[in-house]
Amino acid sequence: MTRILSAVTLMIKIRVKRQMKTPQGPRLLDVDLEMGIGEFVTLFGESGAGKTTLLRMIAGLTQPQEGYIEVEGEAWFDSRRRWSLPVQQRRVGFVFQEYSLFPNMTVRQNLQYALADKSGGPGIEEWLQAMDLKGLENQKPDQLSGGQKQRVALARALVSQPRILLLDEPLSALDLNLRLRLQDEIVKIYQRTKITTILVSHDVSEVLKLSGKIFVIEAGRIVRSGDPREVMVNSNLSGKFKFAGEIVEITKDGVVNILTVLIGNTMTKVVATDEEAAALKIGSKVIVAAKAFNPLIWECAG
Amino acid sequence: MPYDLKPLGLSFQLAFVTTGILLVIGIPLAYWLAFSRNKLKPLVEPLVSLPLVLPPTVLGFYLLLAFSPKYFLGNFLESSLGIRIAFSFLGLVIGSVVFSLPFMVNPLKAGFQNFPVSLREASYVLGKSRWETLRRVILPNIKPSLLTGVVMAFAHTLGEFGVVLMVGGNIPGETRVASIAIFSEVEALNYDTANFYSLVLVALSFMVLLIFYYFNRKPIQTH
Repeated sequence: MTRILSAVTLMIKIRVKRQMKTPQGPRLLDVDLEMGIGEFVTLFGESGAGKTTLLRMIAGLTQPQEGYIEVEGEAWFDSRRRWSLPVQQRRVGFVFQEYSLFPNMTVRQNLQYALADKSGGPGIEEWLQAMDLKGLENQKPDQLSGGQKQRVALARALVSQPRILLLDEPLSALDLNLRLRLQDEIVKIYQRTKITTILVSHDVSEVLKLSGKIFVIEAGRIVRSGDPREVMVNSNLSGKFKFAGEIVEITKDGVVNILTVLIGNTMTKVVATDEEAAALKIGSKVIVAAKAFNPLIWECAG
Repeated sequence: MPYDLKPLGLSFQLAFVTTGILLVIGIPLAYWLAFSRNKLKPLVEPLVSLPLVLPPTVLGFYLLLAFSPKYFLGNFLESSLGIRIAFSFLGLVIGSVVFSLPFMVNPLKAGFQNFPVSLREASYVLGKSRWETLRRVILPNIKPSLLTGVVMAFAHTLGEFGVVLMVGGNIPGETRVASIAIFSEVEALNYDTANFYSLVLVALSFMVLLIFYYFNRKPIQTH
């Protein structure tokens, strides 16, 4: 039977519903989205909004109560036909928030486990090299640092050449420096492999840097979608991303002023104009809001 | 050696065989109890744990009846297969397996339940079946639970008295295990023999526990 190759088959279509139990009470996840093969998409929202649940439904780890998931013309889930492709048969790579490396296996064995009956493609050696893990192959996960564990988790998800890469807040447990470095890793991987990627994140800067398209999920529904720059900088959202912090450092870098702001336990660097910086000093209490993002600092992918 | 070593040999034989069978039955049963959402589960769980609260003689009595040639099952087995379960080593094995079941199943069940879901899911996403995940990911990481199950089942079988006496009948060389032999020797006022068996059991049980705690030791957290 010949497959008609049309634009339709190069898409992922998701139309699902499911009751979720959230800290804010039971919520209905009701999502209808489409994305193209080879795109890098972010699901953005607060905890409990439903983005992880959605990701898990694509992977097959959670079942929708009603709906339809189609990948490249293949039905992965169809509630009308009571059909669900088992998780083992969906060729997805999943990176968990907690890394989920197998404690009884070394780095190399974790990667080998992913390969077992699949063959071809860049082998374990190349991924060890690409993720800067050479020298660590024979260590067990408990001997690795957070950043190293996350690189292994990424390599393990990718070594079997999955069709879709699913990232569930993979960097949220890392400190700022590591996060920035690993964000670059993810960009490099995407540019090299062009693998369809869906990232779940609640970090605004990460979204701007990494993805070509964003879906904002609130209380189980998609409220906005589109180009990250347009969506994030829209004034409807700026009210949501206000953080109170304290200035700990002010430095001048070329024509801009870099303010290092302590927000809670996190240090953030924010750019300010001369006029803005003039009025501030170390110890000033400030509000940092989303409108302040400056394209000079974050380059977007795609 | 002036003492008859047969009872000790029988005790250990029984314990090894019972523990082996319990590993084979116990792992699937514990897995099912830990992960299944079957409606039968609320019935099965108390059944499995029943031997923990039942007087051993009760269990032994019912097993004896079940396997006695006078009644249905024993009759069937004897006339068609020539197997007699009551008052045989086989009967002891069956009785021990039933009686030590919770000692194997409950630690394993706890081990499975405490095993992080995300690790199982990571394995499924990598394309591995539940069986392969159990073999390569879960079991290697719940060694403490496995060890607990094995040691508890082994030790419990070594110490059995009531069930073994009922079903086995104290037949020298066949069903007179050490725990029963001690009782018999005391009754016959052979305190030396009874003491010998007892000391050996204490020493071996202690060694088993020593090994168990050694392998189960956790490093002291320094932060």
